[in-house]
Amino acid sequence: MTALLSIRDLSVRYRRDGVEALKGLSLDVKTGERLAVIGESGSGKSTLALAVAGLLARGVKIEGTVEWKISRSRTPHSFAPPSVLPDISPSRGEIELSHPPSPILNAAEGEPAAELLISPLEGEMSGRTEGGAVERQLSHPRDTIPLLGRDIGFVFQDPSSSLDPVMPVGKQIAEVVRTHLKLSWRDSYTKAKTLLERVRIPDPDSVLHTYPHQLSGGQKQRVAIAAAIAAGPKLLIADEATSALDTIVQAEIVSLIRQLVAEDGMTLLFISHDIALAATLADRIAVLRHGELIELGETRQIVEAPRRAYTRALLDAHLGLDAEPLLDRQGASP
Amino acid sequence: MTVLAVSNLAKRYHRGGKPFAAVDDVSFKINPAETLALAGPSGSGKSTIARLVLRLIEPDAGRIDFEGADFLAVSGAALRARRARLQMVFQDPLAAFNPRATVARVLDDPLRIHGLASRAERPRHIAALLERVGLDPALAARAIHEISGGQRQRVAIARAIATRPSLVVLDEAVSALDVSVRGQILELLLDLQRQERIAYLFISHDLGVIRAVAHRVVILDAGRIAESGDARAVIANPQSAIGKALVAATPRLTRDRP
Repeated sequence: MTALLSIRDLSVRYRRDGVEALKGLSLDVKTGERLAVIGESGSGKSTLALAVAGLLARGVKIEGTVEWKISRSRTPHSFAPPSVLPDISPSRGEIELSHPPSPILNAAEGEPAAELLISPLEGEMSGRTEGGAVERQLSHPRDTIPLLGRDIGFVFQDPSSSLDPVMPVGKQIAEVVRTHLKLSWRDSYTKAKTLLERVRIPDPDSVLHTYPHQLSGGQKQRVAIAAAIAAGPKLLIADEATSALDTIVQAEIVSLIRQLVAEDGMTLLFISHDIALAATLADRIAVLRHGELIELGETRQIVEAPRRAYTRALLDAHLGLDAEPLLDRQGASP
Repeated sequence: MTVLAVSNLAKRYHRGGKPFAAVDDVSFKINPAETLALAGPSGSGKSTIARLVLRLIEPDAGRIDFEGADFLAVSGAALRARRARLQMVFQDPLAAFNPRATVARVLDDPLRIHGLASRAERPRHIAALLERVGLDPALAARAIHEISGGQRQRVAIARAIATRPSLVVLDEAVSALDVSVRGQILELLLDLQRQERIAYLFISHDLGVIRAVAHRVVILDAGRIAESGDARAVIANPQSAIGKALVAATPRLTRDRP
């Protein structure tokens, strides 16, 4: 299986004097796989997700490379004539993250500033753009940088903060469709409705016109997922996407993600603190600790035969329904 | 003697102009040194029950007896005095504390407010409390925002036990902690329970955690009790639809155990 992206020696430091959030991490994400990245607070798992999506802020010091192998063949639901699409030849994009693009820096290097405004490294969430961004994107001269929202779908932990509170959810999804697939508003809304059906929102016709606050946490996360997959991304990143949900809704969202990833042939990067949850979904598990990749393997191997003591400790700390209750270990009784 | 007896408790809210029952005819008892868990999906009424028991909100109907007396009948200074015996720990201690306060200040407040120690004695009490929850007394001088999440939750527990309560309401108190820290905090809670015979009303959406520490469980659905009983028995063989759904949705690790 080929790698969708190859991460090499990735180091991230948020503050000049701070510790490294990631320390020379190297990892291949295989095309079509479901890779879980697990770790505790401060392990660097979210930093890894943000770095892959190009969402780290400009002041953050990044070293190393994230190399993409995305063939830019559009999905069947793109109706745009090729003439207005960016160069669609299969490309082997390479971001030199040691030189994070900024308009000033790249303008100095002779790069067109317009490209930079829509670069994923500028941090546009889920491809949501204000007016004018579409036109800028069409002028995208080189199509080597994967675009967040189009090539990468990102689902965050808190759907309330990733959805616009004053925009109907149908428009939020339709905007992504319109921006990246170049459809008319009418077609974008039709597709938004289909997407709401795909994420199993009951009564999608009326939900198109509701605002996020009118939906439950689980429904909001379904909407966020619909927006994330709207443009048919190659890679779906779910960063603690179920952690704020109750157990039952969590299981439903995990099952939904599994189904959507399979149907659309997406690659999944599933970031979680919960090794048991990760194991229910992932083909492979990467274990991070203090910014370092300490173990990577097939899910079965990680769960049944971890090589590192830390991985074993994480497994042992899981309080499953078959674990020995702490009450018994202490011999306490009322 | 029962620490807490809740009878036919009811609380209605309005959502979209329509009334709905957040808590509907809920009754349960907790004995000294016992942990009763409330489980259920979001919106099942777990946290509303916690707030009713703490009298942060008032019920529409029902009765709450705390340490053998009608808890809903007390108010004002008498209620404040009773509250020393009934403490709480929430999910996010950073939100529960003044972030600019020091650890010492957070622990000084309950001792001062409830008149448990003179000004001169309080530093010694604070050091003892920190040691009780496994923290270095030197931490007293640190600001709340400077210490780790696990340390902060230990401080929250220290504050809760400062007034020698008979009941502590733990509302998702370990849900935001890393698994390694979570285990230590649960062990600490069990230690304190054994030593001081504290009863816990333990609210969690996580059946694995409940099974690890709770004696009995009440499973709630849409404000009503769906089933209740011995925690391990209920989780091993749930009878209600919601109980079955909760058990089925709990992630499982299938491991070859030595």
